[in-house]
Amino acid sequence: MIKVVFFAALREQLNCSELSLNSDQLTTVADLKTALASKDENWQQVFANNALLSAVNHDMVHSEQAIKSGDEVAFFPPVTGG
Amino acid sequence: MTTNTDAEISIQTADFSLADEVALLEQDNAIDGAVVTFTGRVRNQNEGKEVTSLTLEHYPGMTEKSLTKIINTAKERWRIGRVKVIHRVGELFIGEQIVFVGVTSKHRQDAFAANEFIMDYLKVQAPFWKKESTKQGNHWLDAKTSDENKAAKW
Repeated sequence: MIKVVFFAALREQLNCSELSLNSDQLTTVADLKTALASKDENWQQVFANNALLSAVNHDMVHSEQAIKSGDEVAFFPPVTGG
Repeated sequence: MTTNTDAEISIQTADFSLADEVALLEQDNAIDGAVVTFTGRVRNQNEGKEVTSLTLEHYPGMTEKSLTKIINTAKERWRIGRVKVIHRVGELFIGEQIVFVGVTSKHRQDAFAANEFIMDYLKVQAPFWKKESTKQGNHWLDAKTSDENKAAKW
Protein backbone atom coordinates (compact mmCIF):
# COMPACT_ATOMS: atom_id res chain seq x y z
CA MET A 1 0.00 0.00 0.00
CA ILE A 2 1.01 3.57 -0.62
CA LYS A 3 -0.09 6.37 1.68
CA VAL A 4 -1.05 9.51 -0.23
CA VAL A 5 -1.48 12.90 1.46
CA PHE A 6 -2.77 16.22 0.12
CA PHE A 7 -2.27 19.75 1.39
CA ALA A 8 -3.66 23.28 1.25
CA ALA A 9 -5.79 24.25 -1.78
CA LEU A 10 -5.39 20.76 -3.23
CA ARG A 11 -6.74 19.14 -0.05
CA GLU A 12 -9.76 21.43 -0.19
CA GLN A 13 -10.42 20.91 -3.91
CA LEU A 14 -10.34 17.14 -3.44
CA ASN A 15 -12.08 17.26 -0.07
CA CYS A 16 -9.53 14.65 1.00
CA SER A 17 -6.44 14.89 3.18
CA GLU A 18 -5.24 11.30 3.03
CA LEU A 19 -5.88 7.94 1.35
CA SER A 20 -4.22 4.57 0.83
CA LEU A 21 -3.78 2.87 -2.51
CA ASN A 22 -2.73 -0.59 -3.56
CA SER A 23 0.69 -0.13 -5.15
CA ASP A 24 0.82 -3.27 -7.32
CA GLN A 25 0.31 -1.44 -10.62
CA LEU A 26 2.16 1.72 -9.65
CA THR A 27 5.87 2.15 -10.27
CA THR A 28 6.27 5.94 -10.45
CA VAL A 29 4.70 9.13 -9.09
CA ALA A 30 3.35 9.72 -12.61
CA ASP A 31 1.51 6.34 -12.48
CA LEU A 32 0.02 7.32 -9.15
CA LYS A 33 -1.13 10.68 -10.54
CA THR A 34 -2.82 8.92 -13.46
CA ALA A 35 -4.55 6.50 -11.09
CA LEU A 36 -5.80 9.35 -8.87
CA ALA A 37 -6.93 11.43 -11.86
CA SER A 38 -9.11 8.53 -13.03
CA LYS A 39 -11.24 8.63 -9.85
CA ASP A 40 -13.71 11.18 -11.25
CA GLU A 41 -14.00 14.45 -13.15
CA ASN A 42 -13.01 16.61 -10.20
CA TRP A 43 -9.85 14.60 -9.49
CA GLN A 44 -9.03 14.62 -13.20
CA GLN A 45 -9.29 18.41 -13.34
CA VAL A 46 -7.23 18.90 -10.19
CA PHE A 47 -4.43 16.62 -11.39
CA ALA A 48 -4.34 18.29 -14.82
CA ASN A 49 -2.59 21.20 -13.05
CA ASN A 50 1.09 21.02 -14.03
CA ALA A 51 2.15 23.31 -11.20
CA LEU A 52 1.39 20.66 -8.55
CA LEU A 53 4.41 19.51 -6.59
CA SER A 54 5.04 16.03 -5.27
CA ALA A 55 7.15 14.54 -2.49
CA VAL A 56 8.07 10.96 -1.64
CA ASN A 57 8.96 10.24 1.98
CA HIS A 58 9.31 13.97 2.67
CA ASP A 59 11.65 14.73 -0.25
CA MET A 60 10.52 16.82 -3.22
CA VAL A 61 10.62 14.66 -6.39
CA HIS A 62 9.81 14.69 -10.11
CA SER A 63 7.07 12.59 -11.67
CA GLU A 64 9.51 9.93 -12.85
CA GLN A 65 10.44 9.13 -9.24
CA ALA A 66 9.99 5.42 -8.47
CA ILE A 67 7.60 4.49 -5.67
CA LYS A 68 7.08 1.30 -3.71
CA SER A 69 4.79 -0.14 -1.09
CA GLY A 70 5.19 1.61 2.26
CA ASP A 71 6.08 4.99 0.74
CA GLU A 72 4.31 8.19 1.70
CA VAL A 73 3.58 10.31 -1.35
CA ALA A 74 2.39 13.91 -1.01
CA PHE A 75 0.81 16.25 -3.56
CA PHE A 76 0.53 19.97 -2.94
CA PRO A 77 0.50 23.39 -4.63
CA PRO A 78 3.67 25.52 -4.89
CA VAL A 79 4.66 26.56 -1.37
CA THR A 80 3.97 30.03 0.06
CA GLY A 81 5.54 30.15 3.52
CA GLY A 82 7.87 32.69 5.07
CA MET B 1 24.97 15.76 8.33
CA THR B 2 25.28 18.19 11.15
CA THR B 3 24.14 17.46 14.67
CA ASN B 4 21.68 19.29 16.95
CA THR B 5 19.44 20.28 14.04
CA ASP B 6 16.36 19.62 16.16
CA ALA B 7 17.26 22.59 18.28
CA GLU B 8 17.82 24.70 15.17
CA ILE B 9 14.28 24.35 13.85
CA SER B 10 10.97 25.02 15.54
CA ILE B 11 7.53 24.83 13.96
CA GLN B 12 5.10 26.23 16.49
CA THR B 13 1.76 27.97 16.97
CA ALA B 14 3.10 30.08 19.84
CA ASP B 15 4.73 33.47 19.35
CA PHE B 16 8.49 33.90 19.91
CA SER B 17 10.61 36.59 21.50
CA LEU B 18 13.25 38.18 19.31
CA ALA B 19 15.26 39.16 22.40
CA ASP B 20 15.19 35.60 23.78
CA GLU B 21 16.25 34.14 20.43
CA VAL B 22 19.15 36.58 20.10
CA ALA B 23 20.20 35.79 23.68
CA LEU B 24 20.27 32.05 22.86
CA LEU B 25 22.35 32.66 19.72
CA GLU B 26 24.82 34.70 21.78
CA GLN B 27 24.92 32.58 24.94
CA ASP B 28 28.35 30.96 25.50
CA ASN B 29 29.29 32.00 21.99
CA ALA B 30 32.32 34.24 22.27
CA ILE B 31 33.78 33.34 18.87
CA ASP B 32 31.03 34.88 16.75
CA GLY B 33 31.10 38.65 16.37
CA ALA B 34 28.08 38.83 14.07
CA VAL B 35 24.42 38.05 14.72
CA VAL B 36 22.01 38.57 11.81
CA THR B 37 18.29 38.11 12.34
CA PHE B 38 15.27 38.32 10.07
CA THR B 39 11.67 38.46 11.28
CA GLY B 40 8.71 38.19 8.92
CA ARG B 41 5.36 39.63 10.02
CA VAL B 42 1.74 39.66 8.79
CA ARG B 43 1.14 42.74 6.62
CA ASN B 44 -2.17 44.61 6.60
CA GLN B 45 -2.36 44.69 2.80
CA ASN B 46 -1.54 42.29 -0.01
CA GLU B 47 -2.08 42.87 -3.71
CA GLY B 48 -4.52 45.70 -3.02
CA LYS B 49 -6.64 43.75 -0.56
CA GLU B 50 -7.12 44.58 3.11
CA VAL B 51 -5.86 41.54 5.00
CA THR B 52 -7.40 40.56 8.35
CA SER B 53 -5.39 37.39 9.06
CA LEU B 54 -3.30 34.59 7.58
CA THR B 55 -3.69 30.90 8.28
CA LEU B 56 -0.52 28.86 7.86
CA GLU B 57 -0.66 25.16 7.02
CA HIS B 58 2.38 22.89 6.83
CA TYR B 59 3.41 19.30 6.12
CA PRO B 60 4.71 17.96 9.45
CA GLY B 61 7.89 15.95 9.02
CA MET B 62 8.71 17.21 5.55
CA THR B 63 8.94 20.77 6.83
CA GLU B 64 11.67 19.86 9.30
CA LYS B 65 13.51 17.72 6.74
CA SER B 66 13.40 20.47 4.14
CA LEU B 67 14.63 23.16 6.57
CA THR B 68 17.41 20.86 7.80
CA LYS B 69 18.65 20.49 4.21
CA ILE B 70 18.55 24.24 3.64
CA ILE B 71 20.46 24.93 6.88
CA ASN B 72 23.05 22.25 6.07
CA THR B 73 23.59 23.73 2.61
CA ALA B 74 24.11 27.16 4.19
CA LYS B 75 26.67 25.66 6.59
CA GLU B 76 28.57 24.17 3.65
CA ARG B 77 28.59 27.44 1.72
CA TRP B 78 29.41 29.95 4.46
CA ARG B 79 31.47 29.97 7.64
CA ILE B 80 28.62 30.31 10.07
CA GLY B 81 28.21 29.44 13.73
CA ARG B 82 24.69 29.01 15.06
CA VAL B 83 21.44 28.92 13.15
CA LYS B 84 17.85 29.15 14.36
CA VAL B 85 14.73 28.96 12.22
CA ILE B 86 11.26 29.40 13.73
CA HIS B 87 8.09 29.23 11.65
CA ARG B 88 4.65 29.67 13.12
CA VAL B 89 1.54 27.85 11.90
CA GLY B 90 -2.17 28.36 12.48
CA GLU B 91 -4.06 31.66 12.32
CA LEU B 92 -1.97 34.82 12.63
CA PHE B 93 -3.27 38.38 12.74
CA ILE B 94 -1.93 41.71 11.47
CA GLY B 95 1.47 42.57 12.87
CA GLU B 96 2.06 39.11 14.33
CA GLN B 97 5.41 37.44 13.78
CA ILE B 98 5.40 34.57 11.25
CA VAL B 99 9.01 33.55 10.76
CA PHE B 100 12.42 34.04 12.36
CA VAL B 101 15.84 33.27 10.91
CA GLY B 102 18.91 33.93 13.05
CA VAL B 103 22.51 33.23 12.01
CA THR B 104 25.79 33.94 13.77
CA SER B 105 29.29 34.07 12.29
CA LYS B 106 32.75 35.42 13.11
CA HIS B 107 32.33 38.25 10.59
CA ARG B 108 29.16 39.80 9.25
CA GLN B 109 29.33 38.84 5.55
CA ASP B 110 28.77 35.13 6.18
CA ALA B 111 25.83 35.67 8.52
CA PHE B 112 24.18 38.21 6.20
CA ALA B 113 24.47 35.95 3.15
CA ALA B 114 23.48 32.73 4.93
CA ASN B 115 20.44 34.39 6.52
CA GLU B 116 19.16 35.64 3.17
CA PHE B 117 19.89 32.29 1.52
CA ILE B 118 17.95 30.37 4.20
CA MET B 119 14.99 32.74 3.90
CA ASP B 120 14.98 32.65 0.07
CA TYR B 121 15.04 28.83 0.03
CA LEU B 122 12.48 28.50 2.81
CA LYS B 123 10.13 30.54 0.61
CA VAL B 124 10.31 28.13 -2.32
CA GLN B 125 11.11 24.74 -0.78
CA ALA B 126 9.69 24.40 2.72
CA PRO B 127 6.13 23.02 2.62
CA PHE B 128 4.12 25.86 4.16
CA TRP B 129 0.98 27.40 2.64
CA LYS B 130 -0.75 30.67 3.46
CA LYS B 131 -4.47 31.21 3.33
CA GLU B 132 -5.35 34.87 3.41
CA SER B 133 -8.50 36.23 5.06
CA THR B 134 -9.62 39.59 3.73
CA LYS B 135 -12.82 41.59 4.01
CA GLN B 136 -13.64 40.20 0.54
CA GLY B 137 -13.26 36.56 1.67
CA ASN B 138 -10.63 33.85 2.09
CA HIS B 139 -8.23 32.46 -0.51
CA TRP B 140 -5.00 30.49 -0.77
CA LEU B 141 -2.05 32.62 -1.87
CA ASP B 142 -0.34 31.83 -5.16
CA ALA B 143 3.40 31.28 -5.25
CA LYS B 144 5.33 34.23 -6.72
CA THR B 145 7.70 33.92 -9.67
CA SER B 146 9.84 36.64 -8.04
CA ASP B 147 10.47 34.29 -5.08
CA GLU B 148 11.57 31.52 -7.46
CA ASN B 149 13.93 33.96 -9.15
CA LYS B 150 15.45 35.12 -5.86
CA ALA B 151 16.20 31.54 -4.79
CA ALA B 152 17.60 30.68 -8.24
CA LYS B 153 20.16 33.52 -7.96
CA TRP B 154 22.09 31.62 -5.27
